[in-house]
Amino acid sequence: MPFDWEPLLLTFKLAIVVTAILWVIGIPLAYWLAHSHVRWKALVETLVSMPLVLPPSVLGFYLLLIFSPNHWFGGALQHSLGIQLAFSFPGLIVASVIFSLPFMVHPIQAGFQSLPPALREAAYVLGKSRGETLLRVQLPNMKPSLLSGTVLAFAHTIGEFGVVLMIGGDLPGETRVASIAIYNEVEALNYSAANLYAGVLFAISFAILLMVYVLNKKLLDTI
Amino acid sequence: MIELCVEKSLHGVSGDYRLEVDLRLAAGEVVALFGPSGAGKSTLLRMLAGLVPPDRGRIKVGDTLWFDSAKQICLPPRKRQVGMVFQDYSLFPHLNVRDNLRFALADKKDLKTVDEMLALTGLGNLQTRFPASLSGGQRQRVALARAMLRRPQVLLLDEPLSALDHVMRTQLQDEILALHRRFGTTIILVSHDLAEVFKMVQRVCCLEEGKIRDDGPPLKVFSPQHMLGRWQVHAEVLAIVPLDVLWSVTVLMGNQITRIVASTDEVHDLRAGDKILLFQKAFHPMLIKIP
Repeated sequence: MPFDWEPLLLTFKLAIVVTAILWVIGIPLAYWLAHSHVRWKALVETLVSMPLVLPPSVLGFYLLLIFSPNHWFGGALQHSLGIQLAFSFPGLIVASVIFSLPFMVHPIQAGFQSLPPALREAAYVLGKSRGETLLRVQLPNMKPSLLSGTVLAFAHTIGEFGVVLMIGGDLPGETRVASIAIYNEVEALNYSAANLYAGVLFAISFAILLMVYVLNKKLLDTI
Repeated sequence: MIELCVEKSLHGVSGDYRLEVDLRLAAGEVVALFGPSGAGKSTLLRMLAGLVPPDRGRIKVGDTLWFDSAKQICLPPRKRQVGMVFQDYSLFPHLNVRDNLRFALADKKDLKTVDEMLALTGLGNLQTRFPASLSGGQRQRVALARAMLRRPQVLLLDEPLSALDHVMRTQLQDEILALHRRFGTTIILVSHDLAEVFKMVQRVCCLEEGKIRDDGPPLKVFSPQHMLGRWQVHAEVLAIVPLDVLWSVTVLMGNQITRIVASTDEVHDLRAGDKILLFQKAFHPMLIKIP
């Protein structure tokens, strides 16, 4: 039987889409968490961090309930937009975004907090808006944090198993990502295929982390 | 004309206090804010810049209302024509000197202004350097040039020179005065340094626990009226050593260290680090402690 590359491709497609969405959500959320003083901030911080401590199967179970067409949320999505989240690739994306959120938000939030406040105040006094200050002063001075957040979220999405299994099941080409494929192959005692999947994931994870450490050193040297 | 009439509750090291200031500055005036740390000097500057909102009051610069609690007006910093130089320089580390100045441009194509300012402040040969490779004095010069680039109506200097050595400090004081002569900007300077205050300003406001205790020319504010000696000089006590029935007091005047003789009465509440006023009365110099 020829080796099936699809789970690997699906894994990276998922990781790229999730990381891109997390950039859009994570940066404003981290900015808000770093600068806001509202009282209910602790609540938001707790919700963002929940995936760190929650067993993936718990999160997956609740998401599966909500995504189900029988639930009002899942039902409404299916009827109005025709999107089915349970056992589908879009469902995997939503679940992975939630599950990897803290890995993107925490490093970036720490990055914002470690910048001296005078830096952004100087930009405001020099006539720049908050948005311009964010793009031209704050983000360029916290590249290591952005890189850490991106890589952690990406790597975490690649390595996900429990949530994916609960939400997506094992549909070839739709929800069968590499981590699930490994599990399947081992169950089928097909160790050589499992080995190949595992080896590829291992090599890529190693390469990404190595790149981060090398790049981070370079970034830190230039600042 | 700048009208600054503000109130705000502040949390200081020695408890809470109210900042209540009513100040009027003529256009083009150079004024120093003097006082112990935590008196509200920096907060006052930050209120003018729009970085801290007052609880109540009114800030009017020229014909424009920057802040008015009654009318619920509070312009954001970017809408206020103000330049600010912070003690820690706050240059943008990822931009070189030239780009730090360009950042301040309202119109990105107005490169002529940048070149002029680089030439004026003698930064031309440093323009491709990054802040991390500059000395403290050079950094502060860049910060000053950057703040002046927008031709602010008010220039706020928050202890800009306190981290510099004496030579660099004197040089930058001259440059600030030169910029003031050229552009006629109103300047508010927060300073801890008496010599700096005497050199830079015609008017000093002493701030204590949020209130202005004294306001006038430095000579008048820092020298009590009844002290009309032949000469008088500000100094700092370095050491007090007994000398038979008298005491030998080592003092620092500017950069000079001198020893003078003092009576027990004069030294009884003196400690090293106290600021004193030295003056000549009859035979030998006498000294009194400045509260």
